[in-house]
Amino acid sequence: MAIIEARGLTYTYPIGEKPAFEDVNLKINKGEFVIITGPSGCGKTTLCRCFNGLIPHFYGGKLEGEITVCGLRVREHPTYEIAQHVGMVFQNPENQLFALSVEKDVAFGLENLGVPREEIRKRVDWALKITGTYDLRNRAPYELSGGQQQRVAIASVLAMNPEVIVLDEPTSFLDPMGAEQIFEVINRLNKDLGITIILVEHRLDLISKYASRVIIMQNGRIVLDGDPRKVLASEEARLIGVGIPKATLLYKILKFRGVNLGRTPLSSDEACQSIMEVMGK
Amino acid sequence: MSMFDGFKFRSVSSSIHQMDPRAKFVYVCVLFSVTVMFNNLIPLLILFLIQVPLVLMAKVQKEWVRSMKGSAMFAVIIFAMNLLSLYFYSGYETFGSVLERSLAMTLRFIVLIQTFSIFFLTTSPDMLGLALEQSRIPYELCFAFTTAVRFVPVLAEEAQTIMDAQKARGLELEGGNFLKRIRNYIPILIPLIVNAIRRSLELAETMESRAWGANKNRTNLYVLKMERKDVLLILISLLILAVSIYVSMYVQIPSIIQILTS
Amino acid sequence: MIVMEDVYFSYPSGVEALREVNLKIEDGEFVAIMGQNGAGKTTLVKHINGLLKPTKGRVLIDGVETTKVSVAKLARKVGLVFQNPDHQLFSETVEEEISFALKNFGYDEKTIRERVDWALNLLDLKEYRKVSPFMLSGGERKRVALASVLAWNPKIVILDEPTIGQDHRQKERLRQFILQLNRQGKTVIIVTHDVEFVAECDPKIMLMRQGRIIAIGGAKEILTNENLVNQASVALPEIAKIFKGLEDFGFPRNVIDVYEAADVLYERLGG
Repeated sequence: MAIIEARGLTYTYPIGEKPAFEDVNLKINKGEFVIITGPSGCGKTTLCRCFNGLIPHFYGGKLEGEITVCGLRVREHPTYEIAQHVGMVFQNPENQLFALSVEKDVAFGLENLGVPREEIRKRVDWALKITGTYDLRNRAPYELSGGQQQRVAIASVLAMNPEVIVLDEPTSFLDPMGAEQIFEVINRLNKDLGITIILVEHRLDLISKYASRVIIMQNGRIVLDGDPRKVLASEEARLIGVGIPKATLLYKILKFRGVNLGRTPLSSDEACQSIMEVMGK
Repeated sequence: MSMFDGFKFRSVSSSIHQMDPRAKFVYVCVLFSVTVMFNNLIPLLILFLIQVPLVLMAKVQKEWVRSMKGSAMFAVIIFAMNLLSLYFYSGYETFGSVLERSLAMTLRFIVLIQTFSIFFLTTSPDMLGLALEQSRIPYELCFAFTTAVRFVPVLAEEAQTIMDAQKARGLELEGGNFLKRIRNYIPILIPLIVNAIRRSLELAETMESRAWGANKNRTNLYVLKMERKDVLLILISLLILAVSIYVSMYVQIPSIIQILTS
Repeated sequence: MIVMEDVYFSYPSGVEALREVNLKIEDGEFVAIMGQNGAGKTTLVKHINGLLKPTKGRVLIDGVETTKVSVAKLARKVGLVFQNPDHQLFSETVEEEISFALKNFGYDEKTIRERVDWALNLLDLKEYRKVSPFMLSGGERKRVALASVLAWNPKIVILDEPTIGQDHRQKERLRQFILQLNRQGKTVIIVTHDVEFVAECDPKIMLMRQGRIIAIGGAKEILTNENLVNQASVALPEIAKIFKGLEDFGFPRNVIDVYEAADVLYERLGG
């Protein structure tokens, strides 16, 4: 069952001369883990703003075509309603935390919804525990590292119990360790809680192995959409200039030279496995 | 700047820290009115002394002393100004009474600093925000307040980074005439403002994404409840107020000079 | 030449950010300073252009102590490009932005015009000469910031986290550009935690942890040393991870480049 469905979607910013993306046709099913990637300016960030209603309600501009999210037609419902089904995590961890303590931040969405206090307390504790930030609950946001802040941001979104979580380059400002932790949390949300994940990312080495689908955009259009192992190993992906995982690149170079590693690897572990199998070990 | 140290919240676990900010606010208002009510040295001295145990109970002695030291300069100015103006303009008979009056005015300033200092040192901004919320002030204002407090250290750090970035391009902030100095701050103010605007847009996006405006009746994770000691503080404050009004109206307060010479 | 002798630095708040830092960077070297966020990398490079002065120890640029020279004067030799271009952009046009430093340094009108042209050309920004920097995209703003620092041709160029927010193509262009700067004889220092980027650039690496330099060496030896990498809370490059898994089978351990990896594997696995 499609949880997000877009047909012929085209959007132009209020001050834009040409559309940020056009003719997007997309069907995302419940439980998928979708990575959207592509060169800067391809429209991926703009597209994900449509999933929770920021476009068109917050940004204005011209939105053509149809988009339905969790059964709601985005145009016809205010952001605060869609936000209860689709949570969004942004790039900069610091600008997503505005309370003076972590748990107050995680409670923010629930407070806005008018949820009774005991229920807020339960859900806040639950979200903190799942993201591994329970011990940080009384700390102030500026005391936390970027990775911790971003996990708190995820907890704040998770507390609202969304069916879909969209993350827009959440690891941009994080170091490799922080990034890895975030990806693990995201994967857990998808595999353990069944939350549909849409992740916009450039750094594909650490995350591709978790994804069930990869979409590549270029110049405002979707050009590739499908199985990560097919999409990332394709010649088109290379030509577009997407940073495919090193393991996949290695596989491609060897294949070109006549050495076939079998299944396309998406991570260093998988590459290692494949190489050992080829060696007969 | 050390005078301002006495107004920055210090996180300590003390009984004063845990008291309801609304009770503390009543206390501050009363103390403020009472301090302003008296011109005489003795009652002001009493007001100064009764607050010292509060400072100790709140375990903020170090910061309090620092703020006292910081305000010493102002205190000296106030003392000198009062001394001079009283001596030349108000026709008091003796130098002694002029001295006493000037000391009283200075002490009044110090007691005010002390009172507000105790309040801000022991009340965290989020408790303050919570008190505002529960006092029926519109949530948008409370939110603006706590968010501002939350981002002050961030903006301060950003200002420093911007200054560094421009210094690294040869910008000299010291020296030159007044006009030039102001112009030199443009490369600092513009990025600061632009970034502040960008930041608030990102914040707004986040707020929208967390269902801001979904329900007119916002609930809250925390709630402030007045406890016995808060009520006690309010009662004591009101008592102080009543006594002070009575004393200021009906009791002839002796000056120190009179006590010493009698 | 950059020399740091026994440098300690503590912020006014009391936080000790640098401890016992000893390093020497010769003219024309290409160095990457790596470590996790908070290890002291940015603090360290701010000592090179004098923005920060050591609490203990000395920092010498070409033999002169940084405490004896103003930041503006040091800046002529040391160009520091900050992580976030929005912390420095303020002018009405890209042209003005690039000439800002040149004006500060007292160049004459004609030289300023020449240098601005040169910088615009170098970073492919000619079409944006009269455009407001605020109208440009993130990547373009980064190029403007870079152009405005390179405009005065400092012999030492420091880039603080240049890869943040960049896509693959932009990183590739940046890599080529950095190597070009280095080939022209400039000392290039990058501060970064992007292991993959460093693996492709192959500079000398100084690894930092909690304010100390814990290792100095070539990219291959440092980035494949799991012990060091863990200590600095940096990650192994992906290729190094693959070869770590294959270490029992007689493969070399110091491979970090994907093409070199392909060569090695091709030899072993035949065709």
